[in-house]
Amino acid sequence: MIRLENLTKHFGPAHNPFVAVDNVNLDLPTGEICVLLGPSGCGKTTTMKMINRLIQPTSGKVFIDGKDTGTVDAIELRRSIGYVIQQIGLFPNKTIEENICVVPDLLGWDRRKSRMRAKELLELVGLQPDLFLKRYPKELSGGQQQRVGVLRALAADPPVMLMDEPFGAIDPINREVIQEEFLKMQKTIRKTIIFVSHDLDEAVKMADRIAIFRGGKLEQYATPDDLLARPANSFIEDFLGSDRALKRLRLIPVRNAMQTDFITVQNSDSVESALERMRSSGSAAAFVLDAEGVPQSLLSAQVAGARSGAVADHAEPVKGAVPVSGDLRHAVSLMFAHDMPLLPCVDEGGRLAGVMSYRSIVHNLGHGETA
Amino acid sequence: MEIVRFIIDNLDIIGARAIEHISIVFLAVGIAVATAVPIGIAITQSKSTADTVLYLASMMITVPSIALFGLMIPLLSPIGHGIGYVPAVVAVVLYSQLPIIRNTYTAITNVDPALREAAKGMGMSTWQRLRQVEIPLAIPVIMAGVRTAVVMNIGVTAIAAYIGAGGLGTFISRGISQSDPRQLVTGALAVSLLAIAADLFLALVQRLLTSRGIQGDVTQ
Repeated sequence: MIRLENLTKHFGPAHNPFVAVDNVNLDLPTGEICVLLGPSGCGKTTTMKMINRLIQPTSGKVFIDGKDTGTVDAIELRRSIGYVIQQIGLFPNKTIEENICVVPDLLGWDRRKSRMRAKELLELVGLQPDLFLKRYPKELSGGQQQRVGVLRALAADPPVMLMDEPFGAIDPINREVIQEEFLKMQKTIRKTIIFVSHDLDEAVKMADRIAIFRGGKLEQYATPDDLLARPANSFIEDFLGSDRALKRLRLIPVRNAMQTDFITVQNSDSVESALERMRSSGSAAAFVLDAEGVPQSLLSAQVAGARSGAVADHAEPVKGAVPVSGDLRHAVSLMFAHDMPLLPCVDEGGRLAGVMSYRSIVHNLGHGETA
Repeated sequence: MEIVRFIIDNLDIIGARAIEHISIVFLAVGIAVATAVPIGIAITQSKSTADTVLYLASMMITVPSIALFGLMIPLLSPIGHGIGYVPAVVAVVLYSQLPIIRNTYTAITNVDPALREAAKGMGMSTWQRLRQVEIPLAIPVIMAGVRTAVVMNIGVTAIAAYIGAGGLGTFISRGISQSDPRQLVTGALAVSLLAIAADLFLALVQRLLTSRGIQGDVTQ
């Protein structure tokens, strides 16, 4: 657990200081990612650097697992905290193996143990140890370097990590991939992470909690969903942007938003009987499934109401389906792409598990909003 | 042809003079590395100190070598070394300061701040940072300074023949005083070849000292 208590940093002369960080209080439970977010010069990076004492606080305290870090030697402290920076900062004169082993070597680990660890870590992110251990940073792509930068911070298995815009220097496509990869890794390693970012989308994606800073003050500290649904003031509302409701789409899983009261029909059924069943069950569409339960086509109540004949003649083919493990952003994107106001939701086997409609999405976004 | 015959006839003497020459330059540059590299690193801590030190070292290099040798006669006479090997070494040590201090200072201050920050953030002490990151990265530029010093001082040492330090300069000074072009050309040729050979040798040393990870980044 990380706790910041009245953390304050003044720069410049004592009689007329520049207040970079102003009395920040914050609690981050073990195993969670807290993103410090805000415009440049808002104090987020200074706050982070006071945690490993790269910047000495003017006043206030930082506790890690209940221990006041002010009582620990700064160098010892830094060795116990993983540190990733935006510029990656791999040492060009050291091999990948030596780079990963920097902190274990500083801590005096047994050589065999630390080299073994480097190998395991590379395997963890899908970089073949035989190929990469003896290479130098300049022989790696930017994305590979960034992965190694994260591994280097993880090498001595620190409980706490500080990440300063760690994916900021990566191109957008690779950034998405590395973010996903990191989140997947975090599920198993469960580090307590302070993550500095100026990118709201990244924050919403990575954070368990977001701390928004302005002028050195912590303006709001909340879960991403809470923040987007209930911004504390107009500054935060502006910062989140007018499309903040859309950003919430990513946070809501399809599983939680889909309707499960769909009905299934046969191609040979008459439109009238299908419509009858839809009306009585209150569902907006009927699906035709194949033998495995995979949706083939769908008949909406709207179409059925105006037609007659067999289902096969009027049902529209299913052009897309969202996996239940996806999020609403994915679902909405498919709806737009395929012009499907009703979207089937499918399980891992592609079998129909539910149905998503504009209505259910609007309902889910509206939930929790104050305004 | 006369010159070639002279060289062939006197190969053993030329060899002995060359060894004297090399011993002066390499001992002195060795001492200079031991002083100038730490000075170059130390002055990265303060811009104003750096300016002062570099200014003094630049002034040092503007003193003509023949004048410096003259100045050292009264200074080193009390310890019995007014002329000869010792003042030659001292002069070369002094002349070597500027290229080595300046290159060390430039190389260390040019280390990417992100690397320094990463090293610090991971818990390296100042000394560990220097040893593991800053000096290894600075090696190519420091070595370039050492090479400049060596090449330049092979020339300075040739003048040291006038204060009885020996070396290949002996051929040149005698060539002049005896109006003997054979000795003069032999001396000049040997000094030039020695400078080229020393530079190639140090280029090799530089390669061996430079991590493969940064090789080719600096063109010197």
